[in-house]
Amino acid sequence: MPYIRPKRPTTEPAAVRWILISVALVFLGLFLVAPLVAVFVGAFSNGIGYYLHTLNNPATLSAIKLTAIAAGVSVPLNCIFGVAAAWAIAKFDFFGKNFLITLIDLPFSVSPVISGFVYVLVFGAQGWLGPWLIAHNIKIIFEVPGIILATMFVTFPFVARELIPLMQAQGRAEEEAARTLGASGWQMFWRVTLPNIKWGLLYGVILCNARAMGEFGAVSVVSGHIVGQTDTMTLYVQALYENYDQTGAFAVASVLTFLALMTIAMKEWVERKGATLAEAERKS
Amino acid sequence: MSLSRHRRVLPGFRLTLGFTLFYLGLVVLIPLAATFAKTGELTWHQFLRAVASPTALAAYRLSFGASFLAALVNAIFGLLVAWVLVRYKFWGKRLMDALVDLPFALPTAVAGITLASLYAENGWIGRWLAPMGIKVAYTQIGVFVALTFIGLPFVVRTVQPVLEDFDQEIEEAAATLGANRFKTFCRVILPMIFPALLTGFALAFARALGEYGSVVFISSNIPMKTQIVPVLIMNKLEQFDYPAATALAMVMLAVSFTLLLAINWLQWWNTRHYEQT
Repeated sequence: MPYIRPKRPTTEPAAVRWILISVALVFLGLFLVAPLVAVFVGAFSNGIGYYLHTLNNPATLSAIKLTAIAAGVSVPLNCIFGVAAAWAIAKFDFFGKNFLITLIDLPFSVSPVISGFVYVLVFGAQGWLGPWLIAHNIKIIFEVPGIILATMFVTFPFVARELIPLMQAQGRAEEEAARTLGASGWQMFWRVTLPNIKWGLLYGVILCNARAMGEFGAVSVVSGHIVGQTDTMTLYVQALYENYDQTGAFAVASVLTFLALMTIAMKEWVERKGATLAEAERKS
Repeated sequence: MSLSRHRRVLPGFRLTLGFTLFYLGLVVLIPLAATFAKTGELTWHQFLRAVASPTALAAYRLSFGASFLAALVNAIFGLLVAWVLVRYKFWGKRLMDALVDLPFALPTAVAGITLASLYAENGWIGRWLAPMGIKVAYTQIGVFVALTFIGLPFVVRTVQPVLEDFDQEIEEAAATLGANRFKTFCRVILPMIFPALLTGFALAFARALGEYGSVVFISSNIPMKTQIVPVLIMNKLEQFDYPAATALAMVMLAVSFTLLLAINWLQWWNTRHYEQT
C-alpha cells in the first residue's frame, strides 16, 4: 500500500495558498509597486540631464532648504516633548493620565487642512493675535514660521506615542535603583533611562521626520505659495505639476520617494535591532 | 521623622508634566480652542448656511461614501495581505512586508500626482480601463482609489500582530473535531481577529475622511460632483470665506473626535477580547 502523506490540519491546500498569495501580490503590486515605479519613470522621462537640471534649480534648492528647516525645528522640539511627556506619564501616577494620552493623540485625528487652518485662526489677519501681530509687523501666516508651526502640529504625537507604552512597560525599578545608589537626576537620565529607550526614541524620530518632510495639506494652508520663498518640497511638487511641468514635478517627487524608502529601510533596521536586543535580554 | 506620603523617589515630575502641559496647550489645545471660539462668533444662520448648503451636503456624501468603501476594500484585502504575510512563505515576502508601510512614508502629494498619472486615460493602468468605459482619474472612482492607497497599511498592521500570536492549537482542535479549513476560518479564526479588523477599518476610515493631498490631484474637485470636504474647506479658505471654513472645520472636528473616542474604545475592547481568549 503506498504511503499517503497526511494533510496538515492547520494549512490550506496548495492551490488555495497559491491563489491567495497571487491575489495579495496583485493587490500590492497595483497599489504599491506600480506607483513606486511610476515616480522614477516619470522623473527620468526627459532624460537624466533634465532631471539634474530640475534638482539643481535655485527654486528646488530653496524648497529643499525650507523642508529641512521645518523638519529641523519640529522634530527636535517634538522629541524633547515626547521624552518629557513619556517620563511624566510612565514614571508617575496622577489624575487624568488617560485623558492626557488621548489629548496627545489628538493631532493624528485632525484633517491636515484643519491642522493648518487652526493656526490661521490664531495668527492670521482676522485671527486672535492678528491685529497685534500686524501692529508689530510680525508675519507668521503665509510665511516660514507658519509652515514650521503647522509641521509641529501634524508631527506632534509621533515620539510621545512611541515612548509612552515603552517606558510604561519598563517600569520604574531601574531608575529608583540608580537614585538609591546616589545618582543625580541627570546622571540617572543619561546612564539609565536614555540607553533603555534609545531604540524606541530613534523609531519615533524616524516616523516624525518622515511626516515632517512629507506634510502637504497643513503647510499648504499656511504657506504663501511663493516659489523660492515659502514652498516646501511637497508644495513645489504641486507648483510644478500645476504649471504643466510633469517631469519636473516627478523629479522633485522622486527625491521625496527616495527619502520615504530610506525611512522604511531604517524603520525595518530599528525594528530588527530592537527585536534582537529583546531576545538577548530574555536569554540572559 | 516621617516620610511624606507624596514624596517621590524619582525626580522631574513637576518639570516634565509642566512642560508637557505647556507645550500641548501652546501647539495643540489653544489653536483648536480658537476654532471653537470662532465658531461661537458665527450666527446660527451663517453656521447652517455653511454646513447644510447643497455643496457641503454633496461633499459629506462623497467623503463618507468614498472613505467607507475604501476602508471596506482595505479591510478585505488588508486581512488577505496580513494572512498571506503571516502564514505563507513566498519569494519577496520580506520586501512586500516592508513596502506595506509605503503609504505612511510617502508624502500624500507624491501619491496624488503618481496615482493621477497611473489612472489617467493614457496612464499605465488607465489605458486598460478606458476601453471598458471605466474612467478613474478626475472622477469619484479616483477619490476612492486615492483613499484606498492611503488607508492600506492600517488593517494589515492591526491584524498582523494578532495573527502572529495566534495559537494554532485551537485550529488543530477545530480540525480534530471535524471542521474543514473554511469552517475553521469562519467560526474560529475570524471571530478572534474581528476586533483587530474592526479597529483597522476604523483607523483607515478616519484617515480617509481627513485626507487632502492625494485626493486633490486625482480628483477634478468639481463642487457637487468630485469635491470632498477637506477640499471644500480649502476652497473656502482660498476665497477668504473664513466663517464658512470655520463652520465646516467644526463639523469635521466633531466627527473626528467622535471617531477617536470610538477607536480608543475599540482598542480597549481589542486588548480585553484578546486577553480573555
